[in-house]
Amino acid sequence: MGIFEVVSIGIVSAVLVLLLKDSQPAIAYLIIVLTVLYFLIFTIHYVKEILQLVTYLGEEAKIQSFYIKTILQIIGISYIAEIGSNIVKDAGLESVAYKIELIGKIFILILAIPIFQSLIETIIHLFPIS
Amino acid sequence: MVGDTSILFQIAGIGIVVAMIHTVLKQMGKEEFAQFVSLVGFIIVLLFVINSISDLFEQIRAVFFFRG
Repeated sequence: MGIFEVVSIGIVSAVLVLLLKDSQPAIAYLIIVLTVLYFLIFTIHYVKEILQLVTYLGEEAKIQSFYIKTILQIIGISYIAEIGSNIVKDAGLESVAYKIELIGKIFILILAIPIFQSLIETIIHLFPIS
Repeated sequence: MVGDTSILFQIAGIGIVVAMIHTVLKQMGKEEFAQFVSLVGFIIVLLFVINSISDLFEQIRAVFFFRG
């Protein structure tokens, strides 16, 4: 069972961080970062399986692969932005974390522009504005 | 399943040893050496973390961006 390993590693890393916090705060912080990265590497294998299911369903439903690719990229950007902002927030830099989230949102918006354009084109095609 | 977690204990050990050396050098009155030892320990740990970060980014890139 993976969940027991995850919980026990979390507890162990918490104890190690408490041990090192007073004497070497920087190394304690790096232990936190490493634990987070381990958990995410652990998660990404399961996410991969789920995404394979999603792409398979999309192919079966004859959805254009461009749309699914864009959606997956958006999910990836949000993942990375979340990781980065959480790690930076742990170090106490709230403003930098907020900027990382903002930039992630803007990149997502830029990726979504082609989909939005095709939506607008479809609507104009349906109801011609003359 | 979670991979090699002995690295956590390794890093904690490095931290404890560095803290000890730091204290001893400070007691001996060599502040600058103590700072230097702290810096070297931090850099060693940072190397581990950077490897892990690049591993994570590669995997995310492979899963979400259809590359690599």
